[in-house]
Amino acid sequence: MDSIIKIDKLHKWYGDFHVLKNINLNVKEGEIIVVCGPSGSGKSTLIRCINYLEQFQEGTVTVDGIELEDDVKKIKALRKNVTMIFQQFNLFPHLSVLQNLILAPRHVKGATKKEAIDTAMKYLERVNIAEQADKYPNQLSGGQQQRVAIARGLCKNPKIMLFDEPTSALDPEMINEVLDVMVELAKENKTMVCVTHEMGFAKKVADRVIFMDQGQIIEENTPKEFFENPQSDRLKQFLEQIITD
Amino acid sequence: MAIFKLEETKKAPSTINGKLRWILDNLVSTPVDVAFSLVILFLLYIIIPPFVEWAIINANFAGTTKADCTGDGACWVFIIHKIDFFIYGFYPEEEIYRINWIFGLLIAFLALFKYVGKTYTTKIAIFSLFPIIAYFLITGGSFGLVEVPTFKWGGLTLTLVISSIGIVTAMPIGIILAFGRQSRLPIIRSLSILYIEFIRGVPLITILFMGSVILPMFFPEGMTFDKLLRVLIVITLFQAAYVAEVIRGGLQAIPKGQYEAADSEGLSYWQKMLIIILPQAIKVSIPNLVGNAIGLFKDTTLVLIIGLFDLLTMVGLTSADSHWTGFETEGYVFVAIIFWVFCFSLSRYSKVLEDRLNTENK
Repeated sequence: MDSIIKIDKLHKWYGDFHVLKNINLNVKEGEIIVVCGPSGSGKSTLIRCINYLEQFQEGTVTVDGIELEDDVKKIKALRKNVTMIFQQFNLFPHLSVLQNLILAPRHVKGATKKEAIDTAMKYLERVNIAEQADKYPNQLSGGQQQRVAIARGLCKNPKIMLFDEPTSALDPEMINEVLDVMVELAKENKTMVCVTHEMGFAKKVADRVIFMDQGQIIEENTPKEFFENPQSDRLKQFLEQIITD
Repeated sequence: MAIFKLEETKKAPSTINGKLRWILDNLVSTPVDVAFSLVILFLLYIIIPPFVEWAIINANFAGTTKADCTGDGACWVFIIHKIDFFIYGFYPEEEIYRINWIFGLLIAFLALFKYVGKTYTTKIAIFSLFPIIAYFLITGGSFGLVEVPTFKWGGLTLTLVISSIGIVTAMPIGIILAFGRQSRLPIIRSLSILYIEFIRGVPLITILFMGSVILPMFFPEGMTFDKLLRVLIVITLFQAAYVAEVIRGGLQAIPKGQYEAADSEGLSYWQKMLIIILPQAIKVSIPNLVGNAIGLFKDTTLVLIIGLFDLLTMVGLTSADSHWTGFETEGYVFVAIIFWVFCFSLSRYSKVLEDRLNTENK
């Protein structure tokens, strides 16, 4: 099967700082990739390049047949099929939960209000939060907000979902309710790229785990090999530090 | 090992809240507080009783001429006699009903806006219908109404016309300027900055003079431009620069994540700005926007210098009447009260708006 995300010799600089160095990565449709690594290793920047929130200076990123460049039409087409879940949820606080969800279907995909509301309620039920549809985001707990954000992402029925540390801003008791939703999603043949430190999640659902450090991909393997048989010293060291039990 | 029972929730003791506590904490908690409280009480004692005596107890309310004002207090007969001047200026007496209609319609439209306008379309329709009707009513010249040229407009009517048009039309221009100042395109950005900084660097009086005296010199021979229209354009352009800066402040308060989420949802630039960013920015800016509106409302008194007769000017004109000399004080107090009522209402309205738009703990 052809790759839905193709990243080829990608370099990115912030000013003089070389944040991504020669990244090569292919993701097949339906594949679930977990990206981990120490902070500042460029993992968030990498997945933000995939939906063009970050621009890059060298190399190519091709997503669903679209080669990313500064072209409004291409980016618009790209974002119809790619959604991103953020660490800080980034729900729109002045809109109710339901309004948050029907926004993109109505204004980007041209759905009627009724269609959009039906879809929205369907996904709110899937993330077990349908009864909060008329509340405002700030009235919900962090875990609920993140589940709403996931439902919002699903409403445009994207082919690819990007997760940028979706549980890092949550209180410990709320992490599982979000991870459970993500595990459910993983069963559905959606392509997922997740930056996360939840190694349990990686072991359970990932097809491949990628370790990044200093802007490079250091190691890439199946979860079993990745955790049981790490090759590089840096990964060994990293795993020792995050797996404490 | 110890295990603790959950405590019951109790009501706060009355010594913590309550009026007495507030007085003790805020007015007399330290010797300095006591001193300040006493000084303020004394000042109120000097000012308030004499004013009440002058304005109410010894004042004259009934009568028709200056001779009816016999007491030591204020002569409100003067205000009552000249009230049409204060409110309508030189608008022809037999046409004044048209302005009353506009005031009545305004109230009716506000009610419609609140109770009938359910969707954006109806709201916008109601909002844009009022100025059109008001325009035809006040200018006349069509639908069988006598034309009333703008130099006959005056008093409170003129003040309200200038300030409301200025406040409303400056908003969209200010918003576009604020977007322009944040634009990625250098030409748009520099033009916006240039405009905003130029206007903010020049007093309103100067710009009014430029608009009314200097600008017409550049017009071709025979081309005239209504004086009031020129003032409206100048005031709108002036106010827009200030609105732009207030909105820009609001825009800067919006977290970057909101822009990113809107982008990632696939919204276009204008959808992102108008649906996501602007409503939040305006919400943050309401206190300052209303502050600017109040400032403009009072600044309209400056149109006097280019020969328009606003509410404040009416004090000078009416007390120059030889039958009614010497009542400037009453005139100024009356006008001050009107200004205060309008400005205070605006500021209360801003509070109501803020509360309504607050989605934090509804």
